[in-house]
Amino acid sequence: MVEKLMKYADAVKQYEPVFGLETHVELSTNTKLFCPAHIEFGGDPNTQLTPVSLGLPGSLPVLNEAAVDYAIKLGLALHCEIAEWSQFARKNYFYPDMPRDYQISQYDKPTNGNGYLDVELEDGTVFRVDIERAHIEDDAGKNTHIGGADGRIEGADHSLVDYNRAGVPLIEIVTKPITNAGDRAPEIAGAYMRAIRDIVRALNISHARMEQGNMRADVNVSLRPKGSTELGTRSETKNVNSFRAIEKTMQYEIRRQAAILSAGGEILQETRHWDESTQSTAGGRVKSDADDYRYFPDPDLVMLHITQDHIERLKAQMPEMPRERKNRLQQEWQFNDLEMRDIINADALDLIEDTVKAGATAAGAKKWWLGELSRAANNQEITLEELRVTPTDVAQVEKLISDGALNDKLAKQTMNFVLEGEGTPEEIVEKHGFKVVSDDSALLQAVDEAFAQNPDVVEKLKSGNMKPMGVIIGAVMKATRGQADAKAVTKIVMDKLK
Amino acid sequence: MSEVQEIVKLSAAQMAAKIRSKEISSRELVEAHMQVIESAEPTIKAFLKVSADEALAQADAFDQKLSRGETQDLPELAGVPIAIKDMIVTKGIETTAASKILEGWIPPYDATVIEKLKAAGMPLLGKTNLDEFAQGSSTEHSAYQTTHNPWNTDCVPGGSGGGSASAVAAFEAPLALGTDTGGSIRQPGALTGTVGVKPTYGAVSRFGAIAMASSLDQIGPVSRTVLDSALLQEVIGGNDRRDSTSIPMPVPALAQAAREGMKRDLKGLKVGLVKELSGEGFQPGVEARFNESVKLLEAMGAEVVEVSCPHFPYALGAYYIIMPSEVSSNLARYDGMRYGLRVMPPADVPQTAANMMSYTREAGFGDEVKRRIILGTYALSAGYYDAWYGSAQKVRTLIIEDFNKAFEQVDVLISPTSPTTAFHFGEKMDDPVAMYMNDVATIPANLAGVPAMSIPSGLSDDGMPTGIQFIAPQKHDEVLYKPAAALEAALEESWNGPIWQSMNTPWLDGLHK
Repeated sequence: MVEKLMKYADAVKQYEPVFGLETHVELSTNTKLFCPAHIEFGGDPNTQLTPVSLGLPGSLPVLNEAAVDYAIKLGLALHCEIAEWSQFARKNYFYPDMPRDYQISQYDKPTNGNGYLDVELEDGTVFRVDIERAHIEDDAGKNTHIGGADGRIEGADHSLVDYNRAGVPLIEIVTKPITNAGDRAPEIAGAYMRAIRDIVRALNISHARMEQGNMRADVNVSLRPKGSTELGTRSETKNVNSFRAIEKTMQYEIRRQAAILSAGGEILQETRHWDESTQSTAGGRVKSDADDYRYFPDPDLVMLHITQDHIERLKAQMPEMPRERKNRLQQEWQFNDLEMRDIINADALDLIEDTVKAGATAAGAKKWWLGELSRAANNQEITLEELRVTPTDVAQVEKLISDGALNDKLAKQTMNFVLEGEGTPEEIVEKHGFKVVSDDSALLQAVDEAFAQNPDVVEKLKSGNMKPMGVIIGAVMKATRGQADAKAVTKIVMDKLK
Repeated sequence: MSEVQEIVKLSAAQMAAKIRSKEISSRELVEAHMQVIESAEPTIKAFLKVSADEALAQADAFDQKLSRGETQDLPELAGVPIAIKDMIVTKGIETTAASKILEGWIPPYDATVIEKLKAAGMPLLGKTNLDEFAQGSSTEHSAYQTTHNPWNTDCVPGGSGGGSASAVAAFEAPLALGTDTGGSIRQPGALTGTVGVKPTYGAVSRFGAIAMASSLDQIGPVSRTVLDSALLQEVIGGNDRRDSTSIPMPVPALAQAAREGMKRDLKGLKVGLVKELSGEGFQPGVEARFNESVKLLEAMGAEVVEVSCPHFPYALGAYYIIMPSEVSSNLARYDGMRYGLRVMPPADVPQTAANMMSYTREAGFGDEVKRRIILGTYALSAGYYDAWYGSAQKVRTLIIEDFNKAFEQVDVLISPTSPTTAFHFGEKMDDPVAMYMNDVATIPANLAGVPAMSIPSGLSDDGMPTGIQFIAPQKHDEVLYKPAAALEAALEESWNGPIWQSMNTPWLDGLHK
């Protein structure tokens, strides 16, 4: 069914979007939230299990203290109030991927409440997102549906369950309804998710890989006529798992709901899902507020007591937060806002910082990562981090240039070989015999030959017109297979012209 | 020793002494009990599973250790066999909770208490019968068999731990483990003339005890003497990191308290008689034996006063909200997905996971379990939660306060354990509330998490055993053992020996070594 959509610009002209994000962050603890089962991505199905994570009769949960510390750190980063007493409850519902048929989650007494996150948009605008809570819960297993189209349960003839993920600790970060975003709502949603990703990475509490499901978001969107203060009926698009998809989900829902509302229709309160292939959201289960999970405090667990001392200890371990770090590095590197944004958008901040640490200048590091290497990553359709070049390699090439051992052309060739996995820059220079020729006799001969072949150019140079200098240098480079030191060549030419 | 009869009638402590003096081996003890089990089971039906091979292997391992002189560090009960309520998981031995839904399930791990028994060299004789998922007061709700009371095989042994209680009463085992959520160790103890203890909540690890109602469940000893229970609780008790509700404190000196009690000197002990746990509903024979026990306690120097626990009349109601609520959640996992029974829907019904779960649970659970799941699901529902679960938790707090006030006045509380002696099969099966009333005196201790013990107080006019209950403050289980052991000794004198002497045990006749 093709749904009617209103043009985005018209939709946000007539309606104010109100949205909220529930972000699930999978923690990178060694073991599960309530048992010592080891966690590893990509293990064989149903190998990372204990009686507890399989919910065997008689098994009991024991809280993983590392996960609690991770949660507190995230709470601190999000400026939350850390509750002295928090509690785990059982959320009861039957589902094949739930070993106990209840999820252990925090309900009315979460560990982190009432925080905020300042999110910087592409143009430098800072938008404050209020955080309702960031609570701890355990993940479910994973169902795989076999026999239907594109892995969906509809039409499948059977399903398989992998409980490796069951019991992996999650933090669910719930925003308050975000009301004053206007037409920038999708952009804010995306920037918010990126900011969360940067924070959990800085805290080293999650691998934060959206494509591996370490982070996923439920996107709640409703519209209300501009000027209205009442909230409209919302849709909830579940498990959106890329930054781009979050922005597109927001745009799509705003356009879809605007079309329905402007035609006098009503929005169904339902869960939807984002379909990458059709670039649209599709309706799922109609959700009513009567969904009853029969929450009650889990009697197998005691209340979680977090002392102020403990919070202070964790505070002392907190690393610099991404925004502060960005501002500090910008100062150190002396880049302007635009340059810095380019670096952030290219996801190159860490790489450039490491390259500078390895000895390169900030300008040199930036030139490589945002230039040659970004192009290479684009061509291969991978991220900068996935390239076969390290910050140390880049710093080494830079040093070879500044030492006069490589010129720009040779440096690019060297980098290409690094990208192809031939070895470190030094190894490649050695192997291919790359060397800038600054030996005068060899260069003199090459210059003489170039002069002989280009008498008209020599005339112009002699008359003071330096424009065709490149022709001579090019000829010398060609003769020396690019290994000539351009500066030395220029000097010889100038001397000869005297 | 030549007579199996003589061997199996010893207390566990006496058996242990004979093991240490090499008068008997652990293997001989296991073999003697296996003989009794074989001869008694057709009548008693206490065991769901007898693990003879495992028990003999464990006994042999222990005997070898003993012969090498490597048993000094083991507990006093080392080498003495024990029966296990089938609510506790045993690695490699089928564990069903007496439910069809777990039929054939062989656990891949041991409960903490089982690990401790194994480490102590105590052979496991087998798994005993119970009401399905420990839900019942007569063991009639077992999906497999009905256990008979050795005192009168037309009568129930109580429940839910009727299997463990009957096995110990019938000399099929010297010791057993039970689980007590609302009286499932103590009430069968009273009805079969055995000793049963519900330790302080958190004193014994629940890891590996199949959950019925997590905030109330507690594993405890079943035995024929107070000292035996003390020794057993010392083996199974203690802090366990795998149970978050386990109390981080060492096991109190329980056997020492019991031995102290055997001196029958209770001077200075203040005993509180709970006013609310007597009168209407309590059988005259039960009250008569109870009053005689009170006299004996006084005769040994105890000061007995009446104390009031005004909120106890609300305990049963609160219990029947909290317990089913937790049951409804704890039993959700039995859905046919991972283990146990799986029933696929008939061909004309969509073959979905949800339908499979429904058909499995419909077929796998008995009526009483379903009744409690439905009750609990309702009590936790949105809009009813505060009225039901919330109110019940408030009652629970009031009961804890009742106990706190009572223990400001006295050291230990007493009451009859069960209002009646053992009843006949079927008598209360159609009247759940009458069945629930059996636990009126035992439930308050579970709600408050305090330790409680039932010991035999004699025989009623109907010739059936009666029980008296001792209740102590939280984390002070030792306080139970001294007066209980003292009363046990005094009662033995007035009854000219243990009451089981007057029990007919035709299954023991003619058993020789």
